[in-house]
Amino acid sequence: MGKRSVIPFGPQHPVLPEPIHIDLVVEDERVIEAIPSIGFIHRGLEGLVDKRDFNQMTYVVERTCGICSFQHGMGYCEAVEHIFGVDIPDRAKFLRTIWAEIGRMHSHLLWLGLLADGFGFENLFYQCWRVREKVLDLQEMTSGGRLIFSVNKVGGVMKDIPADMLKIILTTMDEVEEELKEMKKTFFNDYSVQSRLKGVGVLTKEQINRLGAVGPFARASGVVSDMRTLGYAAYPMLDFEPIISEDGDCYARCYVRMQELFQSIDLIRQAVAKIPAEGDLAVAIKGNPDGEYFMRVEQPRGEAFYYVKANGKPNLQRMRVRTPTFANVPGLCEMLKNTELADVGLLVLTIDPCISCTER
Amino acid sequence: MANITRSPWLLHYDGSSCNGCDIEVLACLTPVYDAERLGVMNTGDPMQADILLVTGGINSQNQDTVKQLYDQMPRPKVVVAVGVCACTGGVFKDCYNILGGADTTIPVDVYVPGCAARPQAIMDGIIKAVGIFQQRSNEYKAQVKEKKKAAKKGAQN
Ligand code: SF4
Repeated sequence: MGKRSVIPFGPQHPVLPEPIHIDLVVEDERVIEAIPSIGFIHRGLEGLVDKRDFNQMTYVVERTCGICSFQHGMGYCEAVEHIFGVDIPDRAKFLRTIWAEIGRMHSHLLWLGLLADGFGFENLFYQCWRVREKVLDLQEMTSGGRLIFSVNKVGGVMKDIPADMLKIILTTMDEVEEELKEMKKTFFNDYSVQSRLKGVGVLTKEQINRLGAVGPFARASGVVSDMRTLGYAAYPMLDFEPIISEDGDCYARCYVRMQELFQSIDLIRQAVAKIPAEGDLAVAIKGNPDGEYFMRVEQPRGEAFYYVKANGKPNLQRMRVRTPTFANVPGLCEMLKNTELADVGLLVLTIDPCISCTER
Repeated sequence: MANITRSPWLLHYDGSSCNGCDIEVLACLTPVYDAERLGVMNTGDPMQADILLVTGGINSQNQDTVKQLYDQMPRPKVVVAVGVCACTGGVFKDCYNILGGADTTIPVDVYVPGCAARPQAIMDGIIKAVGIFQQRSNEYKAQVKEKKKAAKKGAQN
């Protein structure tokens, strides 16, 4: 047995700009155990329900995470809408779907870039982020904000996407698809990428189920779990299949996210084709919510829960968010066991960490 | 900005931000905005950094970390607060775990507002910080010169 020592990882670390602290117990170069400690970003935004009413909370919830900002807002609004028992107009549903998928694309492109940076492929990192800017431009064009664009409200959406903008979205999708095809070649055919990712950090289906992992992280190990199939927003009217892979290694996680990018492009095209040409953007909401509801949405990182409880007052009684990255931390710690120290940075990246939503 | 004689290095620390400002800081360093053409460089090591970019507010858990990072940086140093969270606490100001903006813990030189702060605004903040850094390092050099002179005089007498 070699000598055991503890190496701290984070809170400030070159690989990951976000603060998470993991104590790595290593024996020679092997990691034996990983002990996370969190709380560096805890703000306590759930506690704000006392001070903000249910409409204002939309803006707070959107700031749970700047990357999936739109989807957080959507999940919360759908939960409150269910309490009110209203059905939002079809056009609003489709607009939500389009924005959600655009958000997923920018999140996955961001992750692919960071992954490339993680294994030292600087050029690929820059390529991913260059393409991502095109997607961000779409968000800015349609809503006015690059990342946090509060267009959700309880009862629908606040802004419309006019027909000419829908056309621009489609042409941008074509451009992005071309670029992605080029990038896909590098990700999947380049032998240095393969040797870095294949067989690293394998988790089996049983392990994933036992540890309760969600999202692309779980789908890469063959677990079919995609909350979009539950049918919120306009997803029931669109045609798609969850993307899964059986291998459960870093390469599979990369594959799943890459394929999901193409899936999002496809979903956006379907949504643009099917969106009703006219219609209201929102329904009027009267009074205060009374009741409770559990909402689940599929974010770029996986399944997010929203629990909302109200008692007929403007302020909610309780709002609880369980975010996908939080669910993936146990999986990460399991994965870190028995790996090389040099792989730790990469493995932490493959769960697509977003510490700000982990700790809220 | 005119007479830059050194290339300052950037250190980015995420206080308790929502990630929005963080990825905008990262976007600043990638091809479309490319802050590196201003002569700055991103680093992960506080001991080699000259400019600290802080995003997000301060809470009791990360207060010490921010202070430590600031103390580890060599002088002269400049701090840029990116986003309203780092300036004042922003939307999270009333949260039970937020003490306030970055200036509750370390002295801040440049404030970049916005939620999320746009890359253009962040670039502007970086340019300002580079100017301040240059000014400070000139002052510092003058001080060192003065001290050396005084020491020489002392030795002669
Ligand atoms: S200023 Fe806005 S975008 Fe930036 S960290 Fe704060 S909430 Fe997030």
